[in-house]
Amino acid sequence: MDRVAAAVADKDVRYLSVNENAEAGGFLGTVWKREVNVRDFIQHNVTPYFDDESFLAAPTERTKQLWNFVLELMNRERVKGGTLDMDTEIVSTIVSHKPGYISQELEQIVGLQTEKPFKRALMPFGGIRVAENAVEAYGYRVSQPVHDFFTCYRKTHNDGVFDVYTDTVRKARKVGIITGLPDGYGRGRIIGDYRRVALYGVDRLIADRKDQFNQLDTVITEETIRLREELAEQIKALKELKAMAKSYGFDIARPALNAREAVQWTYFAYLGAVKEQNGAAMSLGRVASFLDVYFERDLKTGVLSEPEAQEIVDHLVMKLRMVRFARTPEYNELFSGDPTWVTEVLGGMSMDGRPLVTRTTFRFLHTLSNLGPAPEPNLTVLWSEKLPVAFKRYCAQMSIETSSIQYENDDLMRPYWGDDYGIACCVSAMRIGKQMQFFGARANLAKTLLYAINGGRDEQTGEQIGPRFAPVTGDVLEYEDVLSRLDAMMDWLAGTYMDALNIIHYMHDKYCYERLEMALHDRDTLRTMACGIAGLSIAADSLSAIKYAKVRPIRDERGLVTKFEIEGEFPCYGNNDDRADSIAVELVERFMRKLRTKRTYRNAVATQSVLTITSNVVYGKKTGDTPDGRKAGEPFAPGANPMHGRDKKGALASLSSVAKLPYDSAQDGISNTFSIVPSALGKTRHGRKDNLVGLLDGYFSKAGFHLNVNVFDRETLLDAMDHPEKYPQLTIRVSGYAVNFIKLTREQQLDVINRTFHDHV
Amino acid sequence: MRGMDVNVEGYVHSVETGGAVDGPGLRFVVFLTGCALRCLYCHNPDTWHMPDGKKTGVASLLNEIAEYRDFLQRTGGGVTVTGGEPLAQPEFVTALFQGCKALGLHTALDTSGFLGANATDALLAATDLVLLDIKSFGPETYKRLTGGNLAPTLRFAERLSAMGRPVWLRYVLVPGVTDDLKSIEALAAYASRLGMAKVEVLPFHKMGESKWEALDLPYTLKNTQPPSAALVAKVKDIFVGHGLKTV
Repeated sequence: MDRVAAAVADKDVRYLSVNENAEAGGFLGTVWKREVNVRDFIQHNVTPYFDDESFLAAPTERTKQLWNFVLELMNRERVKGGTLDMDTEIVSTIVSHKPGYISQELEQIVGLQTEKPFKRALMPFGGIRVAENAVEAYGYRVSQPVHDFFTCYRKTHNDGVFDVYTDTVRKARKVGIITGLPDGYGRGRIIGDYRRVALYGVDRLIADRKDQFNQLDTVITEETIRLREELAEQIKALKELKAMAKSYGFDIARPALNAREAVQWTYFAYLGAVKEQNGAAMSLGRVASFLDVYFERDLKTGVLSEPEAQEIVDHLVMKLRMVRFARTPEYNELFSGDPTWVTEVLGGMSMDGRPLVTRTTFRFLHTLSNLGPAPEPNLTVLWSEKLPVAFKRYCAQMSIETSSIQYENDDLMRPYWGDDYGIACCVSAMRIGKQMQFFGARANLAKTLLYAINGGRDEQTGEQIGPRFAPVTGDVLEYEDVLSRLDAMMDWLAGTYMDALNIIHYMHDKYCYERLEMALHDRDTLRTMACGIAGLSIAADSLSAIKYAKVRPIRDERGLVTKFEIEGEFPCYGNNDDRADSIAVELVERFMRKLRTKRTYRNAVATQSVLTITSNVVYGKKTGDTPDGRKAGEPFAPGANPMHGRDKKGALASLSSVAKLPYDSAQDGISNTFSIVPSALGKTRHGRKDNLVGLLDGYFSKAGFHLNVNVFDRETLLDAMDHPEKYPQLTIRVSGYAVNFIKLTREQQLDVINRTFHDHV
Repeated sequence: MRGMDVNVEGYVHSVETGGAVDGPGLRFVVFLTGCALRCLYCHNPDTWHMPDGKKTGVASLLNEIAEYRDFLQRTGGGVTVTGGEPLAQPEFVTALFQGCKALGLHTALDTSGFLGANATDALLAATDLVLLDIKSFGPETYKRLTGGNLAPTLRFAERLSAMGRPVWLRYVLVPGVTDDLKSIEALAAYASRLGMAKVEVLPFHKMGESKWEALDLPYTLKNTQPPSAALVAKVKDIFVGHGLKTV
């Protein structure tokens, strides 16, 4: 703790004048010099790049050597059961650990979460029991002093939540109608504007914070007290960040002077965040085109060559690939494959019509060639019809070669969020430094439908969980009847769900506050309450079956409907058939309407996502037979995907169905995963690229929101299951993120393989 | 569209809203039922009998296709009709293709040419590309492989050539059946003389076998293996040697 005290005691804050700052940068624009405004800096200084990838450089010798060290460590980590080493003594803070290196003389960008690569930090503020479980799962033990401290003297987020949870929330959580709630782990999904550290230096940010703090002294209410305390914490975190950088030999009190520093400064800021928070998703934001301004200047003045520029990006990306958190087996069950969601968005268009594609955008994608495919950072291309063609083709090529990219619709999001938003986790857009979300995992719509049929009793346990409504009594399910019962049940679900989220985020703010990430936001941020739904396709197909076929409920001895007999055919979501698709659309809109009526903590704006990550498997396990013919325990389709095997008309029909889901009612994102065998994408290399570009253009012009693109053969995956050592870097996109295929559980692997692989586009 | 019969109906086995291997770009592929040939390697034996298809009005099919116009046009793709043998239902294909042209979509006809005489000038006028499967260039092998005669296909090929219609030749390479290099050499010379735009050498595969079993039909190529990469390359070289483009 002495290092913390030292950092906080550092009162010697040097204010940078506007003139000094301009001299330091020599960049164009005035607004960004007057106020903290990274977007304005980008707008005035970015150099859009319209040409192709031929300028890119191969990895340097240093990069190859360093990456080999990292690969070796990653291999050891895998062989050791997924975790190489864990800290059991030092509670992780921004300044808790001595500097760590992989190989100091090779590293162009430095900084590790702990003093050793791949040693996972101990972060108990989210919950000491959870932190201990995570450590014990790998055969370690948290030291007695830490245990005592967090059980006797310091309350955690997890303790707070469970002190307050209502009975209904506890029950709903236990049966899995609401699952994955961040009540025992860090909520994540907050993106600090890490670029600010490079552009302004920490001292200027502290001064700005102090100024805002001082302005909050007129009316002292509960709200201003909270905000003043938060600002005070943020200032401390910024000071600690300076101290951490200093321990690596860098003075980030001042702005970065060149590209290498800009990358290093930005990374230090991010590193501070992942030292402080074990968040479910710790996105990087939108740094590539910002950093490009520095790269362009250094290349122009001749102080940097292309191979050197690429080397810096490669080394940054290596670090991002090494971010690790200690997590429990239960967490891994939900979010399989040890993901960290270091999401970086690439491309997109500026409001004034210029593409925000730069050479550095290409350099980031090129790391997939130089270092090989990888799930992290979670490279997310913001697609616009107007992006330069050469860039589109390069993206398509990299998707075909690596399956490591996801695409999101910039033309759809830009009117909502402008041209400086990032993606938290998989699909959640937020304006960088101006907006954050309260992550809310998801509610199970398929199970809710069963509750509607069974009058609020759980179809697996028989327990009364929802309100005691009259169950369906007839021999055949009637559409209008079921729908009105479902509506009432969704009302209850939305209320219970929001109660849970309000409690969780109140406690997270109180006991596990993201000091540094919020220090890199504007003081007044827009907050969203990011709810979510799972089982959309199951619910939609079930309702379609009830409407268009004859579905008889079969009751067990407890009088519970646990099976269904289906007579006749019914249209399924995923065939571009409005009869089924409109039901899915209606479900999304209906649930959103209900969420919007609920009161939210800190007046957050309610949103929802249609996203499951890998929890579609767990959700399936917790849900009984459904009226669409799905058997109890079978996995759901991931995200907004149609149920595998039911989209019978090929990929374009499937994509068209998903594109109908309204973004306006799902502003936290709609995830869709598309897998195709290479030969089905076209007969030639060029043909495949062009077809994929056309497919993305076509999907997004239909207002499709997101697409994970996987291009490989099922046989490759089967072989990788049996011979993981042959595929250390086999990367596959699942709902909203990418994973190392060999890190998935066998059950998850089979789920991925069983899903629709389009053998036609 | 002038002359197009919007009321005509056809027997449709299924549609596939995205194909990238049956003509250029992304394709909306229509599988029709009905075929006069009985090719030993047929991978769609479930499309042989016309009444097994679903009776479909051309207008409703065109409405469905129109949904995907944007996807198809962006990639320089279009609509491919295959089967079955599309020329078993020439009126339907004519109306369908005329409708596609009205939508501004490229049209491709995947045919064995065996029923080439059914293709009216009106049909061919609405056809941008013919994917012509010449199963074998030896009349006897052809007969053994398909149960039909080679001559109608060659007559059709010559007619297309005379009309200047673009043709992609498709040749399924089956070891022990269609791998006679001399015959392939002769086919290559023929294709070259007719000015065919491209040749696709398709290695035999057994993906249709399960369908034969499901239909209780005897599958005689059980023991035939897909051709080696070397053989495929060699066959492609023969076509290239005659100045043809291969895929």
